[in-house]
Amino acid sequence: MKFKPVYFFLAPALTAIFVFFFIPVISAFIISFTDFDIYAIGDYSKFRFTGLDNYYKLFDNQLFWKALTNTFYFVIISGPISIAVSLGAAMILNSKLVKFKGIFRLVYFMPVVTTLVAVSIVWRFIYHPEFGLLNYGLSFVGIEKIDWLGDPFWSMPSIIILSIWKNFGYNMIIFIAGLQNIPEELYEAAQIEGANGWQRFTKITLPMLAPTTVFITIITMIGYFQLFAEPYIMTQGGPLDSTLSIVLYMYQEGFRWWNMGYSSAIAFVLFVIILAGTLIQMWVQKRREA
Amino acid sequence: MRKYLLYAFLIITGFLTLAPFIWMLSASFMFDGHASVFPPRFFPDEFTFIQYETLFSRLDVSRNLINSVLISTMVTVVSLVFNSMAGFAFAKYRFRGKDTIFKMLLSSMVIPSQVTMLPLFLMLKEFGFLNTYMAILVPGLANVFGIFLIRQYVMAIPDSLIESARIDGATDFQIYYKIIVPLAMPVMVTLAIFTFMGTWNDFLWPLIVFNDSSMYTLPVALANLMGEHTKDPELMMAGSVITILPVMLLFLVLQKYYIKGIMMGSVKE
Repeated sequence: MKFKPVYFFLAPALTAIFVFFFIPVISAFIISFTDFDIYAIGDYSKFRFTGLDNYYKLFDNQLFWKALTNTFYFVIISGPISIAVSLGAAMILNSKLVKFKGIFRLVYFMPVVTTLVAVSIVWRFIYHPEFGLLNYGLSFVGIEKIDWLGDPFWSMPSIIILSIWKNFGYNMIIFIAGLQNIPEELYEAAQIEGANGWQRFTKITLPMLAPTTVFITIITMIGYFQLFAEPYIMTQGGPLDSTLSIVLYMYQEGFRWWNMGYSSAIAFVLFVIILAGTLIQMWVQKRREA
Repeated sequence: MRKYLLYAFLIITGFLTLAPFIWMLSASFMFDGHASVFPPRFFPDEFTFIQYETLFSRLDVSRNLINSVLISTMVTVVSLVFNSMAGFAFAKYRFRGKDTIFKMLLSSMVIPSQVTMLPLFLMLKEFGFLNTYMAILVPGLANVFGIFLIRQYVMAIPDSLIESARIDGATDFQIYYKIIVPLAMPVMVTLAIFTFMGTWNDFLWPLIVFNDSSMYTLPVALANLMGEHTKDPELMMAGSVITILPVMLLFLVLQKYYIKGIMMGSVKE
């Protein structure tokens, strides 16, 4: 049999993905049913299968529920707001009234390309209760000083504000592309029929953008569920665990305490949540089309 | 009238978007303690490079900068070769199981990378790759997004070009190297920026695989520095500038390709 050249092209990438992605995924699944810990790292014979124990322990653990609730809080608030901000920015930048679009687009996009760790550090100082930029800005509208990162009530909103600022430019670009694909005639026809701005927005813009919006919702959700660097840098999960996220909890259990079995179970819960979220979005999209 | 309101709104929100960067830059040129004042300064009262000097002399940030540059470049180059070959194969060849494999790869994109981290860590430990550049390179050799991006682009290259090259006696590898790669250059540049920036900005994985501080990439070094310097905004801002500036410049130079990449990635399903 002759060796086919196509395998020469496929082999490197597929082997790499298989060995360093698929095998780890399967291994993680297996490890999540064991008591793999720091002793087992030294000697692989020192772990045993414990069935669903890790999952039972997980669902019994207050801290896990706290991390889960915090992450959902973050995703549910941050997601829709940042998508709405992205859409608003896209619509303004798509307006025929505006010139110098390129410059504004560039400015709004700037936070997207920056390093998350670095901007988290910058924002940590911006949130400083005494000298921070934010409290200074708010003092002009008469708002009293807020202890953004020190108050369990404000800590998560602080992370939400940062992540909206950091991310809205990305979805804005996708929305601009989506808006440009809507035929101009639709708006002209609506204008002739006497539709006002709001009607044009709800009856033309939103329905025409639906596929784009679904795509954006999925990628935004997947990204937001993986919240990690912001709390790691700004609050270490505190105060009172108010910003502990699932991935931060997984990191602490797995790589600080080396409870690898338990930590893998956390990772799989994250996976199931993301999978369910994606499937729901896709199902909603299918139903809308049908 | 409406136009001016719109511009006012754009300029104000533009300023709000940039304000953190302006403050960062300004604080990085201040002496110790000069950024911890009320009201915050958008311009240094006394201009100094002292924070940058401290970072490069006493804290040896150049080492981390070199790590970041080398690691990001290595991952970019290698993954570009792997992804473009596979993307080409998926776009222009017929082989058994092609659709199944491709669908499997695409659906694997919903699996968060955190799932793989523990076993991958153990694997790399066995290989002796922890605390080496290999620890970042190995999981970044190839990725589905890259293969997908290349495939979409190469599919649009006419088959006739490939056929006529074949008639002229070109081998498959020559076709890849002399026809596909040059024609797909725009998408290769796009993918290169994505990979470079992604690797540069990555935090969780390098945090896990490096515990020797001489191996730290800039984000990890910065996070570590933050632990000891919570009260030194001036120094931390200089560190942030060093971390952010290279990717920002790269983006400014190649923004056309970057923006195009986002749009290409968004038309998949």
